[in-house]
Amino acid sequence: MRSLLPKLLRRPEGFACLTPDRWDLVIRQARQAGILARLCIQLDDLRILKRVPEKPRGHLEAARTLAQKHARDVRWEVACLCRTLEHCDVPLTLLKGAAYLLADLPPARGRLFADLDILVPRSRIDEVEQILGAADWVSAVTDFYDQRYYRRWTHQIPPLRHIRRRSVLDVHHTIVPPTARAPVDAATLATESLPLSHGGRLHILQPADMVLHSAVHLFNDGEFDHGLRDLLDLFDLLSHFGSRPAFWETLALRAEALSLTRPLYLSLRYLDRILGMPQPCELREALLRWQPPAAAQAALDALFDRALLPDHASCDDYLTGTARWLLYVRAHYLRMPLHLLLPHLARKGFRRTAAADEKNDRRSRQAQIERLLRLAPSRSDDGSHAQAVRQRH
Amino acid sequence: MVLITMKLSAWNRAELNERLSGSGLTVHTGPFSARIRTKISSVVDGIVLLYADYPVSDGDSFADFHVALQQPRGPRRWFRPQVTFHFDGVAPFKPLPLAQALPLLEWGLNWCVGNHAHQFLLIHAAAIERDGCAAILPGPPGAGKSTLTAFLVHNGWRLLSDELALLSLADGSVTALARPISLKNQSIDIIARRLPSARMSPRCKDTAKGAVALLRAPHESVARSGETAQPAWVIFPKFRVGSDGRLRPRSKADTLIEIGHNAFNYSVHGKLGFELLSQLIDSCGCYDFSYDSLDQAFATFDVLRPAGAVTRAASA
Repeated sequence: MRSLLPKLLRRPEGFACLTPDRWDLVIRQARQAGILARLCIQLDDLRILKRVPEKPRGHLEAARTLAQKHARDVRWEVACLCRTLEHCDVPLTLLKGAAYLLADLPPARGRLFADLDILVPRSRIDEVEQILGAADWVSAVTDFYDQRYYRRWTHQIPPLRHIRRRSVLDVHHTIVPPTARAPVDAATLATESLPLSHGGRLHILQPADMVLHSAVHLFNDGEFDHGLRDLLDLFDLLSHFGSRPAFWETLALRAEALSLTRPLYLSLRYLDRILGMPQPCELREALLRWQPPAAAQAALDALFDRALLPDHASCDDYLTGTARWLLYVRAHYLRMPLHLLLPHLARKGFRRTAAADEKNDRRSRQAQIERLLRLAPSRSDDGSHAQAVRQRH
Repeated sequence: MVLITMKLSAWNRAELNERLSGSGLTVHTGPFSARIRTKISSVVDGIVLLYADYPVSDGDSFADFHVALQQPRGPRRWFRPQVTFHFDGVAPFKPLPLAQALPLLEWGLNWCVGNHAHQFLLIHAAAIERDGCAAILPGPPGAGKSTLTAFLVHNGWRLLSDELALLSLADGSVTALARPISLKNQSIDIIARRLPSARMSPRCKDTAKGAVALLRAPHESVARSGETAQPAWVIFPKFRVGSDGRLRPRSKADTLIEIGHNAFNYSVHGKLGFELLSQLIDSCGCYDFSYDSLDQAFATFDVLRPAGAVTRAASA
């Protein structure tokens, strides 16, 4: 059952004849992986959705409805952001989900968005942070250590949260940590970006850079809550761009220029192993050049074969927890020197900063629903009402 | 597609314990099924009492929600013991005192529906039915909505829901959930006195808000939970001493806004949500309703008729 969902994604016609207990697992795994809405749309495209039994179909369609709301919200957020930054002429590049949505790319379909990611030049980031602060964006990270960690060791400032709208904004200045073995010069990225509409204010990365960013985010950032979803993003991007003339050559050259051949290699390897996407023949030689030694390959397979499955009990074996933790450590190792990595891990333990903040965020939303459902009477109402009812009855 | 075996009351206690502490027991409530796992005896007792009439299934079936109530490992298992609600392996709420385990199950099941069931438009309101017509009763906490609902569904009305009115996206009809009714504080004593034969869980003292008890839904409401109803009235009830028990028409525009605030997933549905609520308000009589006794409320509701007839009765 661990690989139920990837196997079905490789052969989606299998969804048409699942038993009830299989559907039970599929819905739960897909929900945890963040791909329930995407699955709904995929099944609809294949004209299988109407044949899905009523109960699982209800969940699929409910997820799609929620994803549509998310997309509306992201468009609104982007519009608000453009208005906030309209007077400073900072070039604004959308990254990841917001880019896919605004550029109408396949990974946007059925996507649930957690936050908005943008890229600005490093020299302008203080200015942007200040303007955003004046527009009710406050830091979502209050811990001093975490603040310093973001600014020193990552490629973004600490996440910002809007006071009223509660949305989260990540402002990046490059696409890999500046302390990485091979830092990426953001200026290189900017010159290759493509203007969208919105009066030329907004940009997205060129296709090859978009793929590489997605690859480095998945394979180097150490967060696998939505690993399968992120892998499917790569699947969609490569399927979409792969038929363009000279795309694969451009991708290979770009990967070598930015020293991102390892994440690209891993992407293609696990797209093949997990989702059955054949490796492109145009890159056959390059892949041979890029492949790691056999022992390293075997170790990475043991880790990623587990971490890229949905984060659900039915997909875990006894090594899954260890695999995820080791990849978390690896991500930090790629980012920090060893003499700082160990104290950092000691401080953080198994807790991951972003995940903890996300949990707090989710908690405050849940608290609101919780209050509503528990129908907590206010003190004054409770007292007078209770007294009166007692007298009456 | 679901293998429905029999009512929960047909299982013996040992089988239920084994199922609940093992792979789980799937209880069917209206359009949803919940696979419940727990070893906590007060919860098992509560399930036996409150869910006796509901169909259950086991084995190879689909469950909409997988929930568990567990005591934490570590000191809080013994010292001021706590209970946590889990949804498919994730705990969305902070732990509560163990004494509140049964109410936590109910709140948790409501959370499952409220957070996921976007196949419906979900309004935070009670809903009751008679002759195919539904009265939707939104209201803030402490207004006396649950007390009123509990009384009416034992006096001629059918329970659709105590907390969550489920509106169909296709035709605006109300689907029944028919789960136990949550009563608080003095409501518990009042209903126990007025409905001596109704089955109720033990009182749980919730120090922040008072006491909570759960009232079993009437047999007929559970048996007929597959029947939908068309909304005919939106009534905001409020207990107030000295009230005359009349229905006072309220502004439909205000009602739409108020219902929007009281809907869990209004904004999820966007424009469709607005259109559905508009149709709801257009097709319903919208009223404020103050009552000062359950008998008075019963009399008012007894003469409720869809559309024009209500106005005549209310202003008589």
